[in-house]
Amino acid sequence: MLTAERVLRRVRGALHRAGARCGRLWQAVRQGAMSGARLAAGQNPAMPEIPGLPSGLKREQPLIPVDSTASRALVAVIAILTFLAALAGGAAHMVAIASSDWRSAISNEMTVQIKPDPRRNIEDDIARAARVFRGAPGVAEVRIVPRAESDRLLEPWLGAGLQLAELPVPRLLVVTSSRSSRPDVEALRQSLRREAPTASLDDHRLWVGRLSTMANTLILAGIAVVLLVTLAAGLAVAFATRGAMAGSHDSVEVLHLVGANDAFIAREFQGRFLKLGLEGGAIGGLSALVVTVVLGWISLSWSSGPGADQLKALFGAFEIGWTGYLIVIGIAALVALIAGLVSRLTVQRHLRQMA
Amino acid sequence: MVRFEGIGLRYGMGPEVLRDITFSIEPRSFQYLTGPSGAGKTTLLKLMLLSLKPTRGLINLFGHDVTRRQNDALSAARQRMGVVFQDFRLLDHLTVYENVSLPLRVKGRDEASYRSEVIELLRWVGLGERMHSIPPVLSGGEKQRAAIARALIVKPELLLADEPTGNVDPTLARRLLRLFMELQRLGTAVVIATHDLNLMDQNDARRLVLADGYLHVDG
Repeated sequence: MLTAERVLRRVRGALHRAGARCGRLWQAVRQGAMSGARLAAGQNPAMPEIPGLPSGLKREQPLIPVDSTASRALVAVIAILTFLAALAGGAAHMVAIASSDWRSAISNEMTVQIKPDPRRNIEDDIARAARVFRGAPGVAEVRIVPRAESDRLLEPWLGAGLQLAELPVPRLLVVTSSRSSRPDVEALRQSLRREAPTASLDDHRLWVGRLSTMANTLILAGIAVVLLVTLAAGLAVAFATRGAMAGSHDSVEVLHLVGANDAFIAREFQGRFLKLGLEGGAIGGLSALVVTVVLGWISLSWSSGPGADQLKALFGAFEIGWTGYLIVIGIAALVALIAGLVSRLTVQRHLRQMA
Repeated sequence: MVRFEGIGLRYGMGPEVLRDITFSIEPRSFQYLTGPSGAGKTTLLKLMLLSLKPTRGLINLFGHDVTRRQNDALSAARQRMGVVFQDFRLLDHLTVYENVSLPLRVKGRDEASYRSEVIELLRWVGLGERMHSIPPVLSGGEKQRAAIARALIVKPELLLADEPTGNVDPTLARRLLRLFMELQRLGTAVVIATHDLNLMDQNDARRLVLADGYLHVDG
């Protein structure tokens, strides 16, 4: 009996707690529904209702009527242009980083090539050549490339498994310069000619020059694309503003007649186009960031391929780093600012013409 | 407050539509601008509002020669005026509340600072229940009242009204006239362009009569 009474009390307690929970839930749902209704009516759900004003009254709409179709089209155009500009900017930045890396790597290295001569002992020539560089001012390290490693360098051209012992394959020395001081290349070249007449010294100057020209061209092309696309965005906004001005002629006239000056009207247009520019810029910039990340991920999965090393040497890893991300965000912000500025200037010019 | 001296206006190379217009409007004065349809009442109001520039003559407004002034300088003068247009000139995408508060918004006032004034005025002109409506759904009379409320909300020094009672019933017309007279008593100079003789007979005010491009002042 006692047990049944205890069970009944527990059931009652559970029902009471469930009822209280349901009550709180209902309150939350009700508040949520009210917020939703205010939101649907264009009000801030956090904004309290104002006595005397009908609920949902629109109070601070843009003074210039908004053509939603034209606005959406302009946002799409700005997004596409920002996307292209951001990709071009990111690519230019990536090439700049990669070229800077390989320029410093190559310019710090020199290669000595010793050609075999039946009248001379090549191992003696290698040792003499190494002595010329070891201890020379500006030289940090001299590495004699083993015969097996030199042979492997020929594999891409001659194929694997070939007996190269009979062929007159040159031997190589890699000389790394010190970062603090540069060696006197001409003096070293003359000393090398005396010690090992079949040796030649290549300081990669020609190669570095050509690669630098190519990299600089790519970087300049990227910057040119960014500038052209920004110009195109500016022109698109200028045409859109003129269209909006033509469509809002009556509103502009009424604003003038109630005392608005040109700066006030220009601000109205500028605010609207700055918002559209920010929207388009954000979409384009974010898309460019996503594409960069995805391409980086794809390039990682390809890194085991045969051409991956060469591509990596030329363009670096497919990463733009924090600076690259900042460049992409900067381009998106620049396009938005240009949208606002161009619309303001276009409106001011149009208003001067109206006057 | 307003002084026109030898004002003439022609459109393009056509004949002068207004000739040798000379008159002045004193502060706290009340006058009707009248004349037959097409006499140039609206054109003269537009000249006072500075939305038209005269071909000749001088316009002095609030103590400044405004004849050759640029747009920005004119906007300061316009902020001291209230205007009721014959075709209402309400912004169709804004609510009645926003249309009426437009001059205050242009002046840079915060919405919270003028909310009660706008509500009170809208109730007074009988639009308390229509403040959320947009002009395309209003009747002609309601648009007229919204336009009048927009002109009055700034407590203007000069009120220019073009046929302000043209679309309202006689009772409301009398009520609006009383409002204009009350405004004059409080310090506003009022110019009402009308050809409604019944309205003009309701008070003994100066009449500026336009005919054949010339202006005659009665009273």
